[in-house]
Parts: sequence; structure tokens; C-alpha cells
Amino acid sequence: MAKRLDIKDLNLHYGKFHAVEDVTLQVQARSVTSFIGPSGCGKSTVLRALNRMHEVIAGARVDGKVLLDGEDIYAPSVDPVQVRRTIGMVFQRANPFPTMSIRDNVVAGLKLTGEKNKKKLDEITERSLRSANLWEEVKDRLHKPGGSLSGGQQQRLCIARATAVQPDVLLMDEPCSALDPISTLAIEDLIAELKKDYTIVIVTHNMQQAARVSDQTAFFNLRAVGEPGQLVEIEETGKLFSNPNQKATEDYISGRFG
Amino acid sequence: MTDSTKPEQRSEGTGTAGALRGVPEEAPGPENPTPESPSDKSVVRLGDRIFRSVATGSGIFVIATIAAIGIFLLIRAIPSLQANEVSFLFSREWQTGDPSNLRFGILDLAWITVASSLVALILAMPIACGIALFLTQYAPRVLARPFAYLVDLLAAVPSVVYGLWGALVLAPVISPFAVWLNNNLGWIPIFADGNVPAGSGANVFTAGIVLAVMILPIITGVTREVFARTPTAHIEGALALGATKWEVVRTTVWPFGRNGFIGGSMLGLGRALGETVALTIILSYTYTPPNYSIFDAGATFASRIALGSAEFNNNLSVGAYIAAGLVLFIVTFAVNALARWIESSSGKGKE
Ligand SMILES: Nc1ncnc2c1ncn2[C@@H]1O[C@H](COP(=O)(O)OP(=O)(O)OP(=O)(O)O)[C@@H](O)[C@H]1O
Ligand SMILES: [Mg+2]
Repeated sequence: MAKRLDIKDLNLHYGKFHAVEDVTLQVQARSVTSFIGPSGCGKSTVLRALNRMHEVIAGARVDGKVLLDGEDIYAPSVDPVQVRRTIGMVFQRANPFPTMSIRDNVVAGLKLTGEKNKKKLDEITERSLRSANLWEEVKDRLHKPGGSLSGGQQQRLCIARATAVQPDVLLMDEPCSALDPISTLAIEDLIAELKKDYTIVIVTHNMQQAARVSDQTAFFNLRAVGEPGQLVEIEETGKLFSNPNQKATEDYISGRFG
Repeated sequence: MTDSTKPEQRSEGTGTAGALRGVPEEAPGPENPTPESPSDKSVVRLGDRIFRSVATGSGIFVIATIAAIGIFLLIRAIPSLQANEVSFLFSREWQTGDPSNLRFGILDLAWITVASSLVALILAMPIACGIALFLTQYAPRVLARPFAYLVDLLAAVPSVVYGLWGALVLAPVISPFAVWLNNNLGWIPIFADGNVPAGSGANVFTAGIVLAVMILPIITGVTREVFARTPTAHIEGALALGATKWEVVRTTVWPFGRNGFIGGSMLGLGRALGETVALTIILSYTYTPPNYSIFDAGATFASRIALGSAEFNNNLSVGAYIAAGLVLFIVTFAVNALARWIESSSGKGKE
């Protein structure tokens, strides 16, 4: 069940380093939001704060609120493990469990929730792999280790793994950065497909990709090296790329599209 | 994380090798305008050659030393083995005082050696694994450092101190427990009566516990290293799926480090099999043959040789001890080789 996200006054630190400052934005249910901006401006950091992965790093600190359908995921009573089960994540580098079979990779999250019914797990394996456009390629070797796939296949396996648990929100950090154009298109199609059921936030360096897949786009920037990253503006994607409100956004976009 | 860097490093490596290989082809090439450049290149090649011969030489030296030890042991052992009146492998006797009537077999030595080492391994493996997990996954960094240092310190204690501690401190403390085990679980053969009273403490049970403490730092050290090498990407992948700490360990750290743990345990086993002084002090000497219980006393290969040094006055008697030493040498060599092999295959093809 897709849910909306409200991020309020989010400030993120790595030890003493203030990485991201005062981010406030909303993400609607069943929509795709992309984060763009120069390297090091804190896109991944913000994304990781949305499913409480930021705090996994030693010394990292989070201030501010992230509301999932109105409920703060940083409230003291909330268990981060539970948050990560409802907000899935796909990493920039494909990271399937290398020794686990392809099938076990897909259902790893479900097994964590205690699901044991073999028939159900098989069904979910097939459904998730189909939706990740991987089923045809791997259906005859589901018991081979996840590490035996190509990079692009591994990334799609990770997407299948993340969707198998049917999260409320799906976060993707540059999911296509290591992929060829064909796999990239396959994943973009997949995002369009997944949008029907999930709320999606995607970080990308590819502005054409942001323009193609997302409903709204957030532009992050750094005032200067060593300063915290900031959200410059968040707009409906068409508007942001054709007629941005801020000079900085326009410079960044035109620099790329130039 | 490592998966994408590795191939890069590898390709860089082959690149350099290719360039070096290219050098000799270019060097005799048509015209070399500057006189320095060929000499420069030959300097590089000379350095390369020196390095290679030093490396190869040291490798050969090590192998030759090991082979020389093996051959020495074999040459000295053969005459005594031929003079032996009983089966070397299956006899339980050890009479080497009279060179004209040598009766020696290693069956009981093997039992005491293997039993005490296995007791040590069974106790040390889970504890070492637990400590390694705690240090790498759970302990806050401020605590992990000094704790790891403390465990390493266990390896610095001389084995004679372990022997004294085992015989004088540990044995009296655990003897009630040994008696309890013997009384209540005595129907299981390994807890049956040994050749000395269970309460005496001078038995395999005590020796195994002391050995466990001695090999703990070895197993912990190796296991800690491999657990700490678990790629962050795998750990974060599990966390992002909603895995608890323990589930992260089960799904990523353990599959990644399991072989390293087993390899480390084998290294510990190799150490335990060869331990001499501590066991010579702890195990009481008895002429009653062991009863294949952990409450047996007697001698291991190593402690038998240490105890026998008084008899080292004629070649045939010495040869009997050397034969026992040869067996120990082969066994520990095999165990260590196995350990290295398992350890080096840890995490391979898994990244
Ligand atoms: N684990 C970490 N420890 C300390 N500082 C970090 C850590 N990860 C990121 N940072 C710092 O936080 C800032 C934001 O990093 P982040 O990874 O969020 O950037 P990004 O926008 O995702 O960049 P890219 O587009 O290159 O992925 C950078 O200055 C970075 O150096
Ligand atoms: Mg990033």
C-alpha cells in the first residue's frame, strides 16, 4: 500500500560534519520523485534518512521529522527495523547476497518476516522477478547463487528483492548508474510500472532519466565546498526542466543540457 | 563495495605486467637516441630480477627446511621402527629403555593428544566465534579495541605459566564438576572412569580446558579479521530489508566469514596438537593404559617426547621418540595446510 512522505526540517550530520541542511519536501503516494544535483550535495544522505539507514553509520545523526502517512518514523517508539520493512531501498551498487540462491535473494525479506509457506514464496519469487523484467532470464536457474548474475541482472534482482516485501515506499539510489542503455530502459519501464503500486523516490545523475520517469523533481545544491547541502527547489518535473524558479537550478540544468 | 574495485585492480596489474614484458622487446629496438634510457630499463629489470630471485629463494628455502626436517626425522626413525617388536601404529606399549627389546606404539599417545585437542576445540570454537561477533558487530568501538587487545594478550602468556595455572589453580576448581559429570553421565563412554580418579584433575578434561584458553586468541584473531571484512554493501543490503542485528549476522557476516572461522579453528587445532610444556605439567604420569575417557591421564606425542629426554642415550631409543615426533609433524603440517587452504578460500567468489 503506497503511502505519502512528509519531510520536515531535516538536518543530517556525519559526526561533526553537517551534510544536509533544512530539507522540507512532500512526496505523494503513487508518484515518482527524483533527486538531482551535483555530486556530494547530499542526495544519497537524504534518501538514506528516509528509511533510517543514515543512522547505521557510526556517528551519524538525524534531526527533523519524516512522516509516513502522518506518522513520524523517527518517533522514539518506532522500531527502525520495522521502518525498513515498509520503506524498501535499492542501492547504487547492486548488492545481492552473493552466496544465496536467486530465489532466496528474492524472498530474503519475506523470510525475515517469518513467511515459510513454500508455495507462497515460489509465487512471490515469480511475481517479483517478472515485475523486475528478470524472470525470463533466470527462471531456469533459480537455485544458482545471486553472485552468478551480470551486473545489470544483479541490480534487477535487487529491485525484485525490494519489491517482494511489498513496501509502502521504494527508494532507489542511482539504480541505473552501472547499467547499459537497454537495462536502463528496462528499469525505467519498471519504475513506470511500479508507480501504480508504490511511492518511489529515485536519485539520478541523468537528467533525461529524471525527466522521463518522475512526476516531480527536487534539485539539491551546495553553496560551497564544506557547506551543508540544501534543497534548492522542488517542482513538477516538466516545469523544473522548462522554467525553473531558481537561477541555480537553471544553471545546473542548462550546463548539462547545454 | 569490493566487487567493482577488484577487476579494476586486476586489469591494472595485467597492464603493468604487459608493459614490463614489452620492455625487452623495445630495448634492442632500432635506434635509442639517449644513452640513459636503455641503462634505466636494465636497472629496472635488474631490480626486478633480484626481487624475483630473493622471493623464489626464500620460498625454496622454506620448503627445503621443511623437507630437511621431515627427511631427518624419517632417517633417524627407520632403524628403530625396524627394531620395534610391536605394531607402531596400534600398540599401546611404550618400552624404549632397552634397545634390544624396543616395544613402542602410538595408539595411546594419539588418544590423549587428539582427545585433549578436541576438548579444547569444542570449548574454544563457540567462545571465539562469540567474541569475534561481539567485537566486530556489537561492541561500541571504545570497548572493542581494549577487549580485542586483552584477548590477544592471552597469546603472550608463556605455556609454562598456563601449565602451572592449570595444575595448581584450575584443576582443584573444576574437580567437583568433573566428578559430577563422571557420576551422572558416566554411562557415556567418554565420561566413564579414566585411568586416574576423575577428581584428581590431572586429566584430559583439565588439559583440554587449558588448551582452549591457549588457542582462543588464535581462533578469535582470525575470525575477527574475516568478520570485519564483510562488505558494507552486503550488511546494508540486509539492513535495508529490515533485518535485525542478528539477522544481518546470519545472512551476511556468517556466510562470508564461515570459512575463515573454520580455518582459524584448524590453526588453533594445530597449535593444540603440538602443545608440550603445559600438558607435561598438567597430565599426571601413569602406567595404566587409558580407558578412552576424558578423565584419562597419560602423555601426548609432545609430552611423551619431553618426558623421555632422559632416555636419549642410544640411537635406537631416540629413534622411537623421533618416530612419534614424525607422526606429530605430519599431522600438524596437514592440519595447518588444511587451515590455510580453507581460510584462503573464505569469501572467494562471494563478493
Ligand atoms: N559515511 C560518510 N561519512 C562521512 N561523510 C559522508 C559519508 N557519506 C557521505 N558523506 C559526506 O556527505 C556529503 C553528502 O554525501 P552524499 O553521498 O549524500 O552525496 P550525493 O549527493 O549522494 O553525491 P553523489 O551524487 O556523488 O552520490 C558529502 O560531502 C560526503 O563527503
Ligand atoms: Mg550518492
